[in-house]
Amino acid sequence: MESTIYDQYELVVGLEVHAQLNTQSKAFSSDSAAYGAAPNTQVSPISLGHPGTLPKLNERALEFGVKLGLAMNCEIRRWNEFARKNYFYADLPKGYQITQHTTPICYNGWVDVRNDDGSKRRIGITRIHMEEDAGKSMHDQDAFDSLIDLNRCGVPLLEIVSEPDMRTPREAYLYLTEVRQLVRYLDICDGNMEEGSLRCDANISVRKKGATEFGVKVEVKNMNSIRNVQRAIEHEFKRQIDMLQKGETIYSETRSFDAVNGTTFALRSKEQANDYRYFPEPDLQPVVVELAYIEEVRNHMPLLPSQLIERFTNSYGLNEYDALVLTDNREVALYFNELTSLTTNYKQAANWVMGPVKSWINAEAQSMDAFPLSSKQIAALIALIDEGVVSNSVATQKLFPAMLENPAASPMDLAKQMNLVQERNVDELRMHVEAVLAAWPDKVAEYKSGKKGVLGLFMGDVMKRTQGKADPKMTSQLLNEILSS
Amino acid sequence: MKIDLNTVDRLAHLARLEFDEATKGKMLDDMNRFLEFAEKLNELDIAEVEPLIYMNSDHNVLRKDEVMQVIDHEAALKNAPKRDSDFFRVPKVIDK
Repeated sequence: MESTIYDQYELVVGLEVHAQLNTQSKAFSSDSAAYGAAPNTQVSPISLGHPGTLPKLNERALEFGVKLGLAMNCEIRRWNEFARKNYFYADLPKGYQITQHTTPICYNGWVDVRNDDGSKRRIGITRIHMEEDAGKSMHDQDAFDSLIDLNRCGVPLLEIVSEPDMRTPREAYLYLTEVRQLVRYLDICDGNMEEGSLRCDANISVRKKGATEFGVKVEVKNMNSIRNVQRAIEHEFKRQIDMLQKGETIYSETRSFDAVNGTTFALRSKEQANDYRYFPEPDLQPVVVELAYIEEVRNHMPLLPSQLIERFTNSYGLNEYDALVLTDNREVALYFNELTSLTTNYKQAANWVMGPVKSWINAEAQSMDAFPLSSKQIAALIALIDEGVVSNSVATQKLFPAMLENPAASPMDLAKQMNLVQERNVDELRMHVEAVLAAWPDKVAEYKSGKKGVLGLFMGDVMKRTQGKADPKMTSQLLNEILSS
Repeated sequence: MKIDLNTVDRLAHLARLEFDEATKGKMLDDMNRFLEFAEKLNELDIAEVEPLIYMNSDHNVLRKDEVMQVIDHEAALKNAPKRDSDFFRVPKVIDK
């Protein structure tokens, strides 16, 4: 490949991710945090910023912070305080956002991502802090006014700040995928970037390869999918290098991503640097996180993807690819994990979940939760195959679809009802085999003269006569035995 | 510490306030008087004193994650200077 000017530069990316927590109530008040209600119906004097109100921290927001910190290998801060970040905007009625400015609850963590070539990259987590969301402004609905909906005001957020450790757009993509998978496994955020419950800002800079100083960073916002984060970074990398090549200066600024043409444009004029005049929030007492509390949260942590992958490969002998496919989605992983306590044929169990079960989810555009068959039933189906009661192909093509139609029935009863049980009676089978051979004397002669290929024909005929129920292993044994006698 | 006109301008911008020249001068004088008043504190040695942020020494004042809707939609919009049946209305806050 021809080397270009871009090859002389290195990309440096750090991401700031806001995860909206799926608590029932808001961070500092008891109004509902649910998404999608009619405008300005889920508000309270506290979230509306009325004077004389007193915020009170939601204990679950704290628990979720500790959970995520543990999952991201962070240290958990013992002494936590809140601060006021002051700025004027119509969807922030208090005039300040409550945030953990100086004492983020989690710090010094890391997340491993797996590059496409299988190599691992460790991305540092600088900090994770608790804060609250602002309301929503709509600028396009009316010619003169902006419309303000404050339902989202005060919804709890965790902001996850990474170290500037990513070096390719793909790594940013993988890191974000990892973060989304973690918050979903922990069940603290639904991870939906399109609806904005997971938001990402990217700090992007470039420098000459080998340079030790970072370049001037540009912040890019408004990327509503993981794919778009990658696209925005790809674009910024080239844009910044083009500027440097032309001798232009890169300013630290905020830009917005334009998904239509994959470019970025300057969002704020560089009038004045932001001055948020942080100061301690005196209305919220400090929060002390004791070791016993951290242990309590740790003991209730669900299994995480990395732990499941380890278990699936080391204890169940699956290959890494299968383990990755099985853990991609939390519900699928938990289903498979349940299945492994009901059967020891792990490879077969993995094939059923990755094959027919996942196909059903995709074909029906449903989630795992909607899958009609319990892990117990799939385990029973696998047992029927293992015991030779039904053949693998009959199980896949006939019995499994029948089970889906009739989820309450046991696979064994269905197999009997549908007459799918394999013919394993030697005398019965021998009768069928002999009848087939008697019908093809010339083919038998061909076989005896060395044309072993006709065996498939005999096999097919036996299957026809038994409506696919002949045990293939026994049938081929019988064929060999009779033909060579 | 002395406040100058640049500081007044900057604070006015942050507070989204506008002053004419005469008022600006008056603000300048007022602000400097506040500071002088507060500088009285410098006479004390407070090197060993922790800043007082909270009114008591409690910590972990938490609430259960339970929804309690204390006001309805109408009450929420009641004091808005400008509103419609659904939203608060404010002058357009984005330049396009």
